[in-house]
Amino acid sequence: MIDGARPSISKFGLGFLAHDVWNPVLNQFGAASFLFGTALTSLVALALAAPLSMGIALFLTELAPKWIQAPVTALVETLAAIPSVVIGLWGILVLGPVLRNDIEPGLHSALGWIPLFGQPQTGSNMFTAVIVLTIMILPIVSSISRELFLGVPNELKEGALGLGVTRWEMVRGVMFPYARGGVAAAMILGLGRAVGEAIAVTQVIGGFVGIQWNLFNAGDTLASRIAAEYQGAVSNLQVASLIYLALILLVFSLIVNIVAQVIVRRVARKQGLTR
Amino acid sequence: MSAQPSALMARSHGLRRRRAVNRGMEWMAWLAALIAVAILGVVVWSVARRGASELNLNLLTKSPVPFAPPNVTQGLANAFAGTLVIVGLATAMALPIGILVALYLNEFAPPSIKNGVSLTLDVLNGIPAVVIGIFVFGLLVVGHGQSGMAGAFALAVLMLPLVSRSTMEVLALVPNSLREASLGLGVPRWRTTLSIVLPQTLGGIVTGTVLAVARVAGETAPLLFTSSIVANATSWNPGHALQTVPVAIFELSESPDPADHARAWAAALVLLLFIMFASLGARWLATRTRRKLGAAR
Repeated sequence: MIDGARPSISKFGLGFLAHDVWNPVLNQFGAASFLFGTALTSLVALALAAPLSMGIALFLTELAPKWIQAPVTALVETLAAIPSVVIGLWGILVLGPVLRNDIEPGLHSALGWIPLFGQPQTGSNMFTAVIVLTIMILPIVSSISRELFLGVPNELKEGALGLGVTRWEMVRGVMFPYARGGVAAAMILGLGRAVGEAIAVTQVIGGFVGIQWNLFNAGDTLASRIAAEYQGAVSNLQVASLIYLALILLVFSLIVNIVAQVIVRRVARKQGLTR
Repeated sequence: MSAQPSALMARSHGLRRRRAVNRGMEWMAWLAALIAVAILGVVVWSVARRGASELNLNLLTKSPVPFAPPNVTQGLANAFAGTLVIVGLATAMALPIGILVALYLNEFAPPSIKNGVSLTLDVLNGIPAVVIGIFVFGLLVVGHGQSGMAGAFALAVLMLPLVSRSTMEVLALVPNSLREASLGLGVPRWRTTLSIVLPQTLGGIVTGTVLAVARVAGETAPLLFTSSIVANATSWNPGHALQTVPVAIFELSESPDPADHARAWAAALVLLLFIMFASLGARWLATRTRRKLGAAR
C-alpha cells in the first residue's frame, strides 16, 4: 500500500495531512478536511453511543427480568449483523428526510448558539452520518460492556448492596471502577469502527470538501471519500492520494485495535485470576 | 477497593434523593435498551414494508436495463449471481486456511506464538473493510483490472479471522481427556487432531462459517474497488468483474429514480432475510454444540 501511495506521498509529503483542498482538476490533494470530518462525526457518534450502550449493558446485566435478557441480547446483536449498505439505504431514504424536516430545525432554534447546530442545509449531512454511526457502534460497545459487567464478582456487588447503598450507587461505586479499563477498550473499539465505516457514511453524508463545524451541512470522512471516488479517479495522482487516505486509516485502525486488544487481554487475565 | 464503600457512605445523605437518583438511572437504562430494540424494529420494518411490494421472481431472474422505459420489468439477476460466485469463492479460500490456522494455534503452537497470532487475527478483524478493499486493489487490480476473483480474495481476507477465531473457541472446548486418551493409545499427534479433535468441533466450525458468510455477504466496501465496474448481463465467470447485491444496493440508493430505490429496498430485504436467518440458525447451532461439548466433559 505504501508503494501504491508513493506518487502522492512524494508529491505532498506529510503536508497532505494539513492541506484541506481536494481538487482533481488542479491535481491538488490534501486530507485535512476529511480528517476533520472523521474526527467530528466519530467523536459525536461515540458521545451519543457511550451512555446509551452503558444503559443497555446495565439493563441486560442488572435490571432485566430473566425472560427478557436472552431475547434483548440477541436483538442487540442482530443490530450488528445488519449490513452497512442496508443501514445506509435506510439512512438516506428514511432517516435523512425525517431528521432534515422534523428534528434539525428544532435543534437549530433551541441550540443554534452552539456552532455544531447551524442552519440546516441538505438532507444528506453530517448529522445523519452521526446517527447512522451511533446505530452501528451501539451493539459493539454494549455487548463488550455487558460481558465486562457480567465479569464483576458477585461478592463485590453483594457486599456493596449489603452496606445499604442503592443499586445505582453500587453500579457507580463498584461496577464502573471494576470494569473501567475494559469499558475504555470497548469505547476505543467503537471509535475505531466509526472511523473505518465507509459505505453507510458515504451514502448519507453528502460529500463536501472543507472544514466547517455545522453538523447540518454535508461533509466527508476519510473512509467515505475513498468509497465515493472508487470509480471516478481520473489521474494516477488521485488514485495514489486515495491510497494515501487509506494508509492513514490503516495506521490509525492498527493503533486503535492493538491498544484496545491489549487492554482487553489484560482485563481478561485479571478477571481470570480473581474468579 | 477497600476505600470505596466508605467513600460511598460519605456521599450518601438524604435517602429519598438517593432513591430518586437510583430510580431515574434505572429508567434511563430501560429507555436505552428500548431505544436499541426500537431502532432495530424501525430499520427492519422500513426494509420489509418497502421491499415486500417489489419482491418477486423478476428480481432474481431479470437483468437490469440501463435507461429503461417504465414498462420494462427489471431485476438484479446479475447481482445475485455475482454474490453467489464471489461469496462462494471467498468461503472456499478462507475456510481451509482459517481452520488450519486455528488447528495449528490451538493444537501445536507454543503459547507465545499462539498469543501473538491470535492478537494479529483480532487486529486484522478490526481493520476497516474499505482499507482491505484498497489493499487488494493495489495487490491484484492495478495492472490486471477488476475481477470477481479479486473481490473474492478481499472477502476472504475479511473472513479469515472470523473463521479461525470461532474455530479456536470450539477447539478450546474439546476436553483434554479425549486428546490424552488417543495419544495414550499410541495414536500420533496429527492423527489425533484429524480424527478425534476435528470431528468434535464440526458443529462449531459450521456455525463460525455461517456467521462469516452472513457478515461478508453484506460487505460493500471491499468490492467497490475490486469488482464493481460491471456489465448488466448475468455472468458466472469470476475472471471478470461481477455485480453483487450490496454494490447494487449502494449504487441504486444513490440514484434519483424512485424505481431504482424500490429495487434497492427489495434487494435489501432479500439480503437482510438471508443474514438474519443465517445468524439465528448459527446461534441455535452454537448453543447445541456448546451443550454437547459441555456434556462430554
